[in-house]
Amino acid sequence: MVFTGIVIGALSVALVYFGNPGNMGMCIACFLRDITGSLGFHRANTVQYLRPELLGLSLGAFVAALAGKDFRSRGGSASFVRFLLGALMMVGALVFLGCPLRDILRMSGGDLNAVVGFAGFIGGVLFGVFFLKQGFNLGPARSDNISPLGGYLFIFGVLALLALLFFRIDFNPAGGGPLFFSKEGPGSMHAAVGIALAAGLVVGFLAQKTRMCLSGGFRDYFLIRENGLLIAYGFIFLTAMALNMYFGFFHLGFEGQPIAHTKHLFNFLGLFLVGQTAVLLGGCPLRQIVLGSEGDMDAAVAVLGMIFGAGVAHNFMLASSPKGTTLFGEVAVVLGILVVSLIAWAYREVD
Amino acid sequence: MDQLDVRGLSCPIPVIKTQKALEKGKLPLTVLGSGNTARQNVTRFASARGYAVEVSSETADEWTLVIKQG
Repeated sequence: MVFTGIVIGALSVALVYFGNPGNMGMCIACFLRDITGSLGFHRANTVQYLRPELLGLSLGAFVAALAGKDFRSRGGSASFVRFLLGALMMVGALVFLGCPLRDILRMSGGDLNAVVGFAGFIGGVLFGVFFLKQGFNLGPARSDNISPLGGYLFIFGVLALLALLFFRIDFNPAGGGPLFFSKEGPGSMHAAVGIALAAGLVVGFLAQKTRMCLSGGFRDYFLIRENGLLIAYGFIFLTAMALNMYFGFFHLGFEGQPIAHTKHLFNFLGLFLVGQTAVLLGGCPLRQIVLGSEGDMDAAVAVLGMIFGAGVAHNFMLASSPKGTTLFGEVAVVLGILVVSLIAWAYREVD
Repeated sequence: MDQLDVRGLSCPIPVIKTQKALEKGKLPLTVLGSGNTARQNVTRFASARGYAVEVSSETADEWTLVIKQG
């Protein structure tokens, strides 16, 4: 756990050093959003890039799962509910401006807005844990006995995206794409493809082996007093903070932080929504990608939900920007929390 | 012997169901489940609470654990 934390923390800062946006060496939500944009599913032209980190992460997790005999094709547990939860998880993340992993990285760069988000995240996890104790259950998945093919389809999709990235096929030159690659803004800031892909492979491999998940870390601590995952995230934070200080990336404060805003209430509520949905889905965005890569078709559906959520968030102006939140985004987060609460309440299994 | 079926459930639900069954005094308890993560989590949880855990059968997909007084 300590080793994993140090490696992921170091790689995250290294990616910023090699060109990624500030405090965004790794961010599952942001990178999925960039991929969504690159495919043309949203039109925010500053956040469009086929992020190799995520493709590498998925492949790394796939290799680790095969090596550890963890790969099992399974699915069929409340797929549409998971799709919706994935979409709402993405909306929460894009109102805050980051997934739980980026929240840790933002704090390691001195961004105090991320501390507010962190508190919201823990609140959301506590909400989820309360409903788990009440018997929340989306129902069992089935192992795929007829054919294991379904479990591999997610990886086929990742390989297809990797091929698109290498061949840079322009499907509609007159329309400028897809594929779209941002010329300015966060989507234009990235480490070289090889570096990003390699870093993603390592992070994915380690994340699968250790079952990295921040919501899972807090959940297990609150439920059964297990702290292994939290130790890993503690070392991500410490390693990234030390390196941020060394490279001069560390700036303590609320104002002027990279790709962040200072609307405290919605930093809190955005990650509250992410914490809630993550516990109900069985893992944060990082964990959903890893599970999808080890044959879990329910997690794959949640990832598709996140892609859909990213499209909605940017097309309908729900996503925040460094200038702040939007009214639509604020309403969406509040409605999202209500909808997720309703789902949590409705899916209680009575003994 | 009491039996608990947690096949196909994602974590942490297998652990919570095991916890609830043990709190109701169901011992020894047979737990039927699937996947490495759930097996390791249930085993670790029960061992940490001082119970003895035995794997009674295991296939590529499913496992059966017997939890007894430690």
